[in-house]
Amino acid sequence: MLKTEVLDIEKVRADFPILKRTVHGKRLVYLDNANTTQKPKAVIDALVDYYSRHNSNVHRAVYVLAEEATKSYEGARRMAAGFVGATARELVFVRGTTEATNLVRFAWGETNVKKGDLLVSTLMEHHSNIVPWQLLAKRKGATLKFVGLGPDGTLDMGSFEGLLKESPKLVAVTHCSNVLGTINDVAKICANARAAGATTLVDGAQAVPHMPVDIKSFNPDFYAFSGHKMLGPTGIGALVATKELLEEMEPFHGGGEMIKEVFLDHSTWNDVPYKFEAGTVNIADAIGLGAAIDYLEDIGMDKVREHEVRLLDYALHSLAEVKGFHQYGPLDPMKRAGVISFNFADVHPHDLATVLDEEGIAIRSGHHCAQPLMRWLDVSATSRASFHVYNSYDDIEALKAGIKKAGVIFKI
Amino acid sequence: MSSADIYRELILDYYRNPRNFGRLEKFDIDARDTNPLCGDEIEIQIRVGEDRKIEEIKFVGKGCAISQASASMLTELAKGKQLDWVKQVTKEDIFKMLGNPDLGPSRVKCALLGMKVLKTGVYGYLGAHYDDPDGSNPMA
Repeated sequence: MLKTEVLDIEKVRADFPILKRTVHGKRLVYLDNANTTQKPKAVIDALVDYYSRHNSNVHRAVYVLAEEATKSYEGARRMAAGFVGATARELVFVRGTTEATNLVRFAWGETNVKKGDLLVSTLMEHHSNIVPWQLLAKRKGATLKFVGLGPDGTLDMGSFEGLLKESPKLVAVTHCSNVLGTINDVAKICANARAAGATTLVDGAQAVPHMPVDIKSFNPDFYAFSGHKMLGPTGIGALVATKELLEEMEPFHGGGEMIKEVFLDHSTWNDVPYKFEAGTVNIADAIGLGAAIDYLEDIGMDKVREHEVRLLDYALHSLAEVKGFHQYGPLDPMKRAGVISFNFADVHPHDLATVLDEEGIAIRSGHHCAQPLMRWLDVSATSRASFHVYNSYDDIEALKAGIKKAGVIFKI
Repeated sequence: MSSADIYRELILDYYRNPRNFGRLEKFDIDARDTNPLCGDEIEIQIRVGEDRKIEEIKFVGKGCAISQASASMLTELAKGKQLDWVKQVTKEDIFKMLGNPDLGPSRVKCALLGMKVLKTGVYGYLGAHYDDPDGSNPMA
């Protein structure tokens, strides 16, 4: 197997049980990591160990199992917070980035956004960083405007600065595009938005899994990410915000766990972050996320990033040799994450994905939950290959051969 | 499933040279739908003649070879038929029209989008409501 010289790829691949299976009799070539990543055995073992040995509810009972579960769950919170440069009190466990943006929409938006206010998002957002703000704007009579893009798929900072002059209440921007891979200058965006009086929300779903992130270097008001895109389980993610901001906000869901005292006519709220974690929390998957973070830290996020930059560089050069291949997004691998969205001649992405599936190659095809961006690109869909630690140059060569096969079938 | 089996000459031909592609100046029926899973779009317009006959029919759309070829072939089948014929069309008729390719469950939706739009438009014109039995269930 061709190596990127950064990671011992055979050793890494041996950690992921699913990579041993075949699809249609072929080696599984998994290139849909921006959608969800595969799980190392350490994460699967953490889930099995929790349910086999420690299963009980957290924060309530005084027996050994409950104390073990609480210790592991809160340990996972410390790890997840530390992974992005925050502290445990600043991290609310949620189902994923979508729940995080919706939490902000309700718990912050309901009290802070008024009729006539301006909310700002961008043309490169995932639907999870557009639709909650549409719903909030509609309910409050606020306006939602979008920062445009330059021809290379980076944010049009002139358009951004123009919108800041209109004193927006919220600037909601992605750290890294799930389609173009573009890494945004979040330090500049957050600093300028703050100077204009806006609250900032940065969607880290495509950044945290792929590169070192220290939120103290750009100080967003809110930062969100998903566990399943970073080798962890589905159903767990995080919303990070300062303790002061979380304390000012109203609760999101009401119920058990999030309260301090309940009377028939009113209730008082638990301390943050528990104020936002109503009901029985997702204990097992939080612990699984902790195991994923352990695994990533063992490798080192600098190495994860370096590995992906080399794969990107290799892929952008290799795939460009295929006649009819057209990719979207910045060409400089240093300015993007390990994501390549592309089209191939007049073959629709779904048709290409069907041909590739037959070769055991999994890519995403469609609008990637970014329909406004698809309209801006003037395409109905794209194909998307995205990388993680277990991908190799061989995977890119397999993709290239698969695209060529589609060329034969479609008589390109 | 074999992709060489799905993408036979017939489907590629209708994908690249769709028959009845475009819009009508005068129409009595105009229906559009998308597949939320993949964003395929189909819009069908019909001019209804005497005796509820499909006098003219055209479609526009964006999407994969299967969705576009299927919609185009369906407009050819429908042209000149009574509106009631549309009520009788089944999934199996569509698969047969496409040459019975071995489509996986995720691609069946693509093949059936044109039929869904045609039925929605015609049922609406007849004062009825077409209730897609599968809705957006991706595995139905």
